[in-house]
Amino acid sequence: MPHLWDSLAAGDIITAHEALEGPMLPILHAMQEHFGCIPEEAIRLIAARLNLTRAEVHGVVSFYHDFRRAPAGRHVLKLCRAEACQSMGGEANAAGLLHRLGLGWGETTPDGRLTVEAVYCLGLCACAPNAMLDGEVHGRLDAGTLEALAMEVL
Amino acid sequence: MRVFIPRDAAALAVGADRVAAAIAAQAQARGVALEIIRTGSRGMFWLEPLVEVETPGGRMGYGAVGLRDVPGLFDADFQNGGWHEKSTGLVEKIPFFAKQDRLTFARCGVIDPLDLDAYRALGGYDGLARALQLGAAQTVAEVKASGLRGRGGAGFPTGIKWETVRTAVAAQKYVVCNADEGDSGTFADRMLMEGDPFTLIEGMTIAAIAVGAAHGYIYVRSEYPHAIRTMNAAIAIARREGLLGRAVMGSAYEFELEVRVGAGAYVCGEETALLESLEGKRGQVRAKPPIPALVGLFGKPTVVNNLVSFATIPFILEKGAAVYADYGMGRSRGTMPVQIAGNVKHGGLFEVAFGITLGELVNEIGGGSATGRPVRAVQAGGPLGAYFPPALFDTLYDYEAFAARDGLIGHGGLVVFDEHVDMAKMARFAMAFCAHESCGKCTPCRIGSTRGEEVLDKIAAGEDAEENIALVKDLCETMKFGSLCALGGFTPYPVLSALHHFPEDFAPAAIPAAAQ
Repeated sequence: MPHLWDSLAAGDIITAHEALEGPMLPILHAMQEHFGCIPEEAIRLIAARLNLTRAEVHGVVSFYHDFRRAPAGRHVLKLCRAEACQSMGGEANAAGLLHRLGLGWGETTPDGRLTVEAVYCLGLCACAPNAMLDGEVHGRLDAGTLEALAMEVL
Repeated sequence: MRVFIPRDAAALAVGADRVAAAIAAQAQARGVALEIIRTGSRGMFWLEPLVEVETPGGRMGYGAVGLRDVPGLFDADFQNGGWHEKSTGLVEKIPFFAKQDRLTFARCGVIDPLDLDAYRALGGYDGLARALQLGAAQTVAEVKASGLRGRGGAGFPTGIKWETVRTAVAAQKYVVCNADEGDSGTFADRMLMEGDPFTLIEGMTIAAIAVGAAHGYIYVRSEYPHAIRTMNAAIAIARREGLLGRAVMGSAYEFELEVRVGAGAYVCGEETALLESLEGKRGQVRAKPPIPALVGLFGKPTVVNNLVSFATIPFILEKGAAVYADYGMGRSRGTMPVQIAGNVKHGGLFEVAFGITLGELVNEIGGGSATGRPVRAVQAGGPLGAYFPPALFDTLYDYEAFAARDGLIGHGGLVVFDEHVDMAKMARFAMAFCAHESCGKCTPCRIGSTRGEEVLDKIAAGEDAEENIALVKDLCETMKFGSLCALGGFTPYPVLSALHHFPEDFAPAAIPAAAQ
C-alpha cells in the first residue's frame, strides 16, 4: 500500500539520490514507489532541494506517461495496444474486458481494486497478445484467459 | 542431471516459473537428482517454456511444456533425454536455430545469465582483454574495419562515431547505451539483458576505454522490470570481480556503469531525447548539430549506441573485425538479430547475416501466419516502419535494399499480419501513436500527427476520399522533411506504405468490411 504524504520520508528519498548525476528521474521513480504517485507537495520539495522552479519539475512529471498525479487502484493491469498485439486480436480482448468492467482506458473500478491501463509494447511480441499485472507478465492471452487474469484480483 | 529452463520475461509470461517449480517438486517426490539452471531464452518463443536437458549428444529440448506435461516427462525419463510428445530433439538442430548465425546472441539461452564463470568459459571477456592489448586507437580501428553500423535503426557506422568521441578533447566523456526498446515487434535488447548481460557490460567497457570515458549509463525502459533486475545484478557482480570500477581487469582504466530507468516515453528512444531524460529533463529532442559525439550528455562528448551494437563489440574484438565483416552483403556487414513477431507461427529472434529475403524470414523461418490464414502485410522496423505486402517479399534484408523500397529495417522487428488486417486502421494508428508520443518540440510532428489522424478518420468515413487522401499524402511529405527527429519524420512510412500498397482499404467500398 502506498504511504500517505510524509515530508521527512520524501526528504530522505531526495537525500538518497541527490548525489547522482541527473537525479530527477531516479527521485521521481522512488517517490512514486513510496507514495503511489507524485503528490503536489513532492513537486514543491524537489524544486526546493534541486534548486529548480516548480514549473520545471511539473514539466518533467507531466511529460512522462509513468508518473501519476493520484494513486492507481490496488492492482494495475497494463494491456499492450501496440501493433504485434493488435495482429493477434489484442484490441478485441481489451475492449471486451473494459466493457465487462465498465471501464475506459486508465480508469479504476469503483471499489479501487483495479486500474486498467494501455501500454505500448512489453517486448513479448512473439507471445502476443500480452499484459502485465502488478509487474508480472502474461502472454498468449485470449478473451477468456485475460478475463480470468483480471478476476484473480477482483 | 542438468535441466535448463529460461527465466526470460517472455518465457515467464507463458508459465516458465510454474513449470520450473513443478519439475523441482516432481524430482523431489520421485527422488530424482536434478540441477535446474535458469537461463535466458534461445528466442524460439513458440516453444516456450522450452525445457532443455544435457545429454552426451547435446541438449535435448521439450517445447511448449505445460504443468500437465511434467509427470509425463518424468515417466518418459526426460532427464536422460527420453522421448516425449513434446520432444524437439537436439535444440541446436531445430531448423529455426540451426539456420542462424548466432554471433551477438551466442550465449543467450545457453548459460545462467549471472554466472560469470560460464560467461568466461564461452569466450567472455576475451574481447576486452584483446582491446586492452590493442589500445584505444587500434580498438576503434577494429570496430571501423568490422563495418558495424548502428543497430538501433539509423545504421550509422559505429567506428566513425567512436573515432569522433575518441579524438574530441574533453576532461570528461560518457558512453550511453540506448536500451529504450520501444518498437512493437522488437525484443532483442530485452532478451540480451535478461539472457547475457555481461556481453553488454563488456561491450560498453571496451567502448569506454576506446574513447576515454570513465562513466556509462544504460537507459532501460520501465516496461522491462526483469531486464532491469538482471542488469543491475550483473553490474554488481562485475564490480565485485574487478571488471568495473577503478582498475578494470587490473588495467589503468576506470569505468563505472549505472542503469537508469525510463518513464514510459517512446520518444526517449531517440538519442538526444534520451540524453535530456538522463539529465533529468523532459524527453524533448535536441536539434542537431551539435552531434552528441561532440556535445552529448551534460554537454560532454558521448557515445550513444544501441544495445545490440554494444553487445556485438565483444565478438568483434575477440574474433577480429574480418571474421565479423565476412558476414553480410554490400554495406550491411555482419548479422542482425531479426525479431519475427505478431501473427506468425514461429515467432522469435533469428540472428542472421544480412542478405536473406523478407519472404524467407516470414514464410520459411516464421512459417507464415499463426492463424493459418494468408499473410497480408508485414511491418518492418517498428511503429515508424513501412508495411510490406507479399509482392515485395523478394526485398533483401539490408539497410540500402529496404531504403530503396521506401522502408527501413530499424531495430530489426517484423510484425506479421494476416488477411484480416485493416490497413486504413493501421495507418490511423501510426498517426495516433505519433500524436500520443510526440515530444511536442517541432510542429510537423506535434500538430501534423493529430491532423493526420483526423484526415484518416474522414477517409474512413468516406468523406471526400480522393481529396483527403491527397491531403494526407501532402501532410506526410511535410512531416517527413520538416520534423526534427525520426518520430515525426518516419511516421509517414507506415501511413504512405499502407496507402500505396493497400489502396483498397481506403476506398469507400471498404468501409462496411472494415467496420465489422
